[in-house]
Amino acid sequence: MKNRRTGNLAAAPHVVWSILFIIAPLLFVLYYTLTDPEGGFTLENISRLFTGNYVLIFLNSLCLALIATVICLALAYPLAYLIASMKQRRQKIVILLIMLPLWMNFLITTYSWMTLLEDTGVINTLLAKIGLDPVHMINTPGAVICGMVFCFFPYMVLPIYSVMAGIDPKLVEAAKDLGCSDAQVMTRVIMPLSLSGVISGITMVFVPSVSTFYISQKLGGGSFQLIGDTIESYFTGTAINFHFGAALSLVLMVLILLSMAVMNRFTDEETAMERRPML
Amino acid sequence: MEKHKIIELKGICKSYGGEKVLSDISLDIYDNEFVTMLGPSGCGKTTTLRIIAGFEHPDKGSVYFDGKDITALPPYQRHVNTVFQKYALFPHLNVYENIAFGLRVAKRPEEEIREQVKEMLRLVNLSSFEKRHVTTLSGGQQQRVAIARALINKPRVLLLDEPLGALDLKLRKDMQQELKNIRKQTGITFIYVTHDQEEALSLSDRVIVMNAGEIQQVGAPIDIYNEPVNAYVADFIGESNILDGVMLEDYKVRLAGHTFDCVDKGFEANEPVDVVIRPEDVDVVAPEKGMLTGLVTQVTFMGVHYEIIVEIDHFKWMIQTTDYVAPDSRIGIYIEPDAFHVMKKSEYSDLFGDYSSYSFEHELLSENVDEEALEE
Ligand SMILES: Nc1ncnc2c1ncn2[C@@H]1O[C@H](COP(=O)(O)OP(=O)(O)O)[C@@H](O)[C@H]1O
Ligand SMILES: [Mg+2]
Repeated sequence: MKNRRTGNLAAAPHVVWSILFIIAPLLFVLYYTLTDPEGGFTLENISRLFTGNYVLIFLNSLCLALIATVICLALAYPLAYLIASMKQRRQKIVILLIMLPLWMNFLITTYSWMTLLEDTGVINTLLAKIGLDPVHMINTPGAVICGMVFCFFPYMVLPIYSVMAGIDPKLVEAAKDLGCSDAQVMTRVIMPLSLSGVISGITMVFVPSVSTFYISQKLGGGSFQLIGDTIESYFTGTAINFHFGAALSLVLMVLILLSMAVMNRFTDEETAMERRPML
Repeated sequence: MEKHKIIELKGICKSYGGEKVLSDISLDIYDNEFVTMLGPSGCGKTTTLRIIAGFEHPDKGSVYFDGKDITALPPYQRHVNTVFQKYALFPHLNVYENIAFGLRVAKRPEEEIREQVKEMLRLVNLSSFEKRHVTTLSGGQQQRVAIARALINKPRVLLLDEPLGALDLKLRKDMQQELKNIRKQTGITFIYVTHDQEEALSLSDRVIVMNAGEIQQVGAPIDIYNEPVNAYVADFIGESNILDGVMLEDYKVRLAGHTFDCVDKGFEANEPVDVVIRPEDVDVVAPEKGMLTGLVTQVTFMGVHYEIIVEIDHFKWMIQTTDYVAPDSRIGIYIEPDAFHVMKKSEYSDLFGDYSSYSFEHELLSENVDEEALEE
C-alpha cells in the first residue's frame, strides 16, 4: 500500500507532463477538427478531406514512406547483422559512425542532399567532367525517398542491432548442432529473435517519413505535395486554416496509430508466448 | 566381441592466442559407452568437446568418426549432438518446438515429428509440458528439454558439457540416475564432461582424467581409483596419502623409515617412487601392534566414519576409521600389502604434500568466520 502511494507520487511529474504536452494538444486537434472559425460544431472539415486531391496526397505520402521504409530495412538488416558479429570494440565504433548523422540537424543533412542532387549539383558536375549527360534528380520522388532513407536510416539500424547483439551466440551454435546450415540459422533463429527490433525500426522510420514536410519541400521542390507539406501549408502558409489543418493531422495520426497497431500485433504475439503463465 | 571405435582423436593440439590449451590429445571412444572427461576447470574439457562437435578446429591433429576423417566437416554435417552447459534453449519456441527443432530442419513429415516429440517427452518425463514456454521452466526441466532436443536427432554420440552443473545436489543425483537410464534405453554413446570426480566415478564406463590440456589417465573408474598412474590422478580422484618411497626390490617398498611388503613389481632396484595409500585402507591398532605409530592431531566426525589426521615421522596422514580415536592420543597403524599403490615419479611428484595443509585450511576457515563475527 505504502509502496503504491510513493510510486504514484514519483509518477506525478510524468502525469503532469503527459497531460500538458500530449493529451492537451490532442484535445486541441480534436476541438479544431470539429469546429468552424466561429467556434460552432461542424463536420465540414472532415467531409472536405474527401474533396479535391487530398486522398491522393495521403496515398502518395503513404507510398513514399513505405518505399523508404522498405529500402531502409533491406539495407539496415544485413548491416545490423554484420555489426553484431564484429568484435566488441569495433561494434562500438561502427555504431558511433552510424549515429553521427543524428547529431547533425537533419535540415542541414537535407540541404547537403540538395547540393548533391541539383541539376548543377555535385553529382551532375562530376558526370559532366567524365563526359556523361546530366541526370535530372532533384524534385523527383526518388530524391525525396533518398532524403528519407538517409535521414531516418539510423533509426532502423539501431533497434535491430541492439536486439541482435543481445542474441546468445550459444543459440547459433545450438542451431548448427541441430543441423542448421548458415542460411537456416538465419531464418530459424536470428530472424525470429530479431523480429521485435525490426518492428520498432519500421515504426521509427515509417512514422517520421509519412509526416515529413521539410524533406519533400527541399528535395521534391514543391513539384508534388505530401501530406506533411499540406498540413504545414494550412498552419503557416497564405491559406491559413487551423481547422482543416487539424482535420488532416487527425487523419494522419489515426493512420499512423493504425499501422503501429498492426505492427505491434506481431510483437505482441511473440511476447505473449514468452510470458505465457505457468500451467 | 570386438568393440567398434566410433570417435578417434589423433594428436589434437589447440592454442588460443599463443596459449596452449590442448597438447597432443589422442583418444578412442567406442560405441555404446558412457565416457567422462574429468579435470579441473580450465583444463580443456570444453575445448575438446567443441572440437568433436565441430565448433572449433584443431591447430593440429584429426578427428575421425566411424573411421572417416571429419576434421573439416561443419557441425551440421556431423552425427553428433550437444547438450550445452547452460542449455541454450530457443527462447522464441515452446517446449514442443524446441524438441522438434532438429526434425523440422531435416524437413521430416509432421506426423513423424509429433510421434517423436511425444516419445522424447516421455523419455525425459516432461509429457505434460509440451505447450509450456521454455523460460517458465525450472533449471532441471530446461535441462531435460535440452537433452530431448539433442536426442531426437538420434545422434550416434551425445556430448554433454557439465549438464548438471547448475542444479542443486538432490536434483543432480536424480538426474544422474536418469541420464544413466536414458543412455541404456537409447544405446547412444555419451561423452560427458565434469569437474566433479564423484559424478565421473559413479556414472561412467570409462573416465578420462585431464589436466592442463593433457590426458593423464584413461580407464574404468575402479582402475583409476585403485591404480592412479601418477600423483596428480591420485590426488584428484578421492583422498590419498602420497608418500615418497624407494622400491627396494620387487614386492618390497620402503617409506616413512619402515620397509613394507607390497604387491607391486617391475621397478628398478632402489628406484625412488611415489606411494599412494588410501585413507580407508589404513587400519587403526594399538601403538604396540602398529607397523608405524603416530600422534592424532585432528578428528572430524563425517557421519559414517571419522576422518583423523595422524602425524607420523613429520608427515600428516589422513585415515578413515569407524572407531572413535581421541585427539592427541598415540595410535598404531596397520596396512595390508595390497593397499600400497606404487607409482613412478612424475612431474607432479613434489606438488602434493601431506595433510598438514588440510588442517591449515580448516583453521583458515574458522579464522575467517571469527573475523566476520567480529565485524558484525
Ligand atoms: N575462445 C577462446 N579464446 C581464448 N581462450 C579460450 C577460449 N576458449 C577457451 N579458452 C581457454 O582455454 C582453456 C581451456 O578452456 P576450456 O576448454 O573451456 O576448459 P574446461 O572446460 O576444462 O573448464 C582456458 O584457459 C580458457 O580460458
Ligand atoms: Mg568447460
